[in-house]
Amino acid sequence: MSTNQHGASGPAQYQKSNCFLVLSQVVLKIIKHYQEEGQGSEVVQGVLLGLVVDDRLEITNCFPFPQHTEDDADFDEVQYQMEMMRSLRHVNIDHLHVGWYQSTLYGSFVSRALLDSQFSYQHAIEESVVLIYDPIKTSQGSLSLKAYRLTPKLMEICKEKDFTPEGLKKANIGFEHMFEEVPIVIKNSHLINVLMWELEDKSTVSDKHELLNLSSSNHLEKSLQLLMDRVDDMSQEIVKYNTYSRNLSKQQQQKHQYLQRRQQENAQRQTRGEASLPEEDITKMFKPPQPPPRMDTLLIAGQINNYCQNVKEFTSQNLGKLFMAEALQGHN
Amino acid sequence: FSSLFHHCLSLYHPSISDSYERRNEGASRVIGTILGTIDKHSIEVTNCFSVPHNESEDEVAVDMEFAKNMYELHKRVSPTEVIVGWYATGFDITEHSVLIHEYYSREATNPIHLTVDTALQSGKMNIRAYVSAQMGVPGKTVGVMFTPLSVKYVYYDTERIGVDLLQRIRLATNRTKGLTSDLSQVGGAAARVQDMLATVLAYIEDVLSGKVTADNSVGRFLMDLVNKVPTISAEDFENMLNSNINDLLMVTYLSNLTQAQIALNEKLLLL
Repeated sequence: MSTNQHGASGPAQYQKSNCFLVLSQVVLKIIKHYQEEGQGSEVVQGVLLGLVVDDRLEITNCFPFPQHTEDDADFDEVQYQMEMMRSLRHVNIDHLHVGWYQSTLYGSFVSRALLDSQFSYQHAIEESVVLIYDPIKTSQGSLSLKAYRLTPKLMEICKEKDFTPEGLKKANIGFEHMFEEVPIVIKNSHLINVLMWELEDKSTVSDKHELLNLSSSNHLEKSLQLLMDRVDDMSQEIVKYNTYSRNLSKQQQQKHQYLQRRQQENAQRQTRGEASLPEEDITKMFKPPQPPPRMDTLLIAGQINNYCQNVKEFTSQNLGKLFMAEALQGHN
Repeated sequence: FSSLFHHCLSLYHPSISDSYERRNEGASRVIGTILGTIDKHSIEVTNCFSVPHNESEDEVAVDMEFAKNMYELHKRVSPTEVIVGWYATGFDITEHSVLIHEYYSREATNPIHLTVDTALQSGKMNIRAYVSAQMGVPGKTVGVMFTPLSVKYVYYDTERIGVDLLQRIRLATNRTKGLTSDLSQVGGAAARVQDMLATVLAYIEDVLSGKVTADNSVGRFLMDLVNKVPTISAEDFENMLNSNINDLLMVTYLSNLTQAQIALNEKLLLL
């Protein structure tokens, strides 16, 4: 925990885990959880277990969280977690809580809920990360699993809950500094290697070439739709901020004018020999307008950034595929 | 029930290997419960968890409370899964297995027993499934026989992709691999197709030079392959290609523009 205090001044000291190791069964369990429980509902979540080895974080196991249904009003999440961890400890599975995972659709995961959860996790456990699994991208051919952690700057701000524009300006946070991505490395243990050899012999399903599929404009459409929605939200926030700053400047002007009038009157009274009017508390008269919280704007900006990244990655892949198709035609 | 087969989703096997790796000192094998769904003629195994147990020469103790608890917890997450049997690492079926099997037959109707040979006694990791059947002379000595079942592996699409990645990791040195992104993935997939084409070409060369006898069915597959590339007039194809490329470039341009816009907005606010 002591390293966390140096967070704001020395980012180099924070980087205790530069990359991290995920064991193969975790990957498969996450995929399965989404497949079985996630169709149609928003997100599936679960807990990651593991330990810290040298300067790397190793994730060795995970277990899923049940969905929140209406008839489970008295369901106690904490109790479920405790029981799971206790049971897993009996069978010698690492029971240290190191993070959590969540599924996402088209990359739309930057939200207030995520921020809050990740903040509470990271506050308790310095190394914790959130693994984001994108099933749609995975079904298009390549496993999409990313690990994020809040930057120390953002941790500071969340701690103080100071979401006003001045607070953010002080910390000099832009949307790029909100989350940092940690590279993932997946590892097979020896026995799993043996298992893989077995499976290759036995499995009859051939290698699917989903990745080379050209007809994926559906995905692009949806991503762009979400992007447009976010940009709309963003413009609303900007309008709010603009009205706020306009109100603020108008109020400044009014205050200024009032003070001037007061001074003039006082001067006149003095020349006439009367007592000057008491200086009233101008702050009570002109209540400063409430500055809009900037956190939502920051999140939306981060989300837009994410969408744009995804779209760009997608288009670069598609361009490659199109050129390949052209080559095929050329030799026809 | 004799023609029962047993689809099993491959993903829980790594958990079994993992539990084996983490077993207590002195324990020679690990047992656990397997969960799944029962269809008409087949059982689909989807999940598993290990159960602590002690085994010695003449007795065996299984922590049944634990098994019940874990099953309850798992049921909260996936309510459709039921106990379908149990697994054990190791090659043979011992007498203790009979006892454990009896316990599980109280939990599930006709449970299946899975053995995973993690000690690699036969040189490979054999995975086998059994169902128990009564045998012997009724009324006198009755015994239990384990009859084998056929096992098939079934994957979901996304799971297939995950397993593919793990297969590639298996081939990499150091048994680790990072996740690539962007164009390198397409490059990788293209390389794989190229490899396959090279194999096919080598085969054709062999047939042409008479080294291998020609096989008609393979020939027909090759015809299909060549015909799969659609014949479109060059002009039409050019048009399609160009319009697609234009769409993609426009989208790239717009997303870059959006990113620049929000970055600019950010900078202005921080002034």
